Amino acid sequence: MTTTPEGFVAPDFDDDSDRKLCLICSKGTLDMAYPGLILANGALEEGMEVHLFFTFWGLDIIRKKTVDKLTVTPVGNTAMRIGGTSLAMPQLLGALPGMSSMASWMMKRKIAGIDVPAVRDFITHVADAGAHLWACKMSVDMMGLSDDDFIDEVEETINVTRFLELSESAQVLFI
Amino acid sequence: MASVNIAGHEVQINEEGFMTDPSEWNEDIAGFLAGQIGIDALTEEHWKVIRFLREDYAEQGETATLRRVSTSAGVPTKQLYELFPKKPARKMAYVSGLPKPKGCV
Repeated sequence: MTTTPEGFVAPDFDDDSDRKLCLICSKGTLDMAYPGLILANGALEEGMEVHLFFTFWGLDIIRKKTVDKLTVTPVGNTAMRIGGTSLAMPQLLGALPGMSSMASWMMKRKIAGIDVPAVRDFITHVADAGAHLWACKMSVDMMGLSDDDFIDEVEETINVTRFLELSESAQVLFI
Repeated sequence: MASVNIAGHEVQINEEGFMTDPSEWNEDIAGFLAGQIGIDALTEEHWKVIRFLREDYAEQGETATLRRVSTSAGVPTKQLYELFPKKPARKMAYVSGLPKPKGCV
């Protein structure tokens, strides 16, 4: 048995912490898929229990058909600037055909440029790290979807009561 | 900041307990630090991660994030969480004598 040297301190990693984070992901655009995934990943690295609850348009993030096709649109987005300048993108320009795909392509390129994975890979990463992914029952029914429509990382379709049970004593964020 | 003697080597640690000079690190120290945070024996899998972190730090000048370790060193995320439970990114940096990673992902 090694004795602890004088003056030595070991970091307190607080392994017994029971912190829990529940994220409600309600939007299915490329720019709104990332906040939930980044937060989930950070929380997992902090040793927290993490649940992601996908509802309404957020279901696009976990649908097989759409997960790789999330987009961001300049239309109605006043924060969209032209090429890194302070000039606002004219709304009519943003509405031209091809503008959304161009904006999405640029954003994906920027994200990849800083070594952040694409949404599909990011989901696999957080699921591997222990995140729980859930689909919202009401939204699934409303959109006529079934479990087969979702990527494998999704555990189950659950209702709001079940979500509230899971989120007991958790920090909850609506995105 | 304090100077402590670990496994016969004089090293600097900060208030939190992380080493502040990566060049003072060696494998004996890694074994001791791991023991302090509940990792009693460093296996070959642990060493693969630690060696990658050390080499990557030497090249990049900053500690690799978990994602970078999994993609570049080829150690699956799941396994990283098993090797360094609960807080893998910080624990692997600690044992490797490196600062905590700064990146988000």
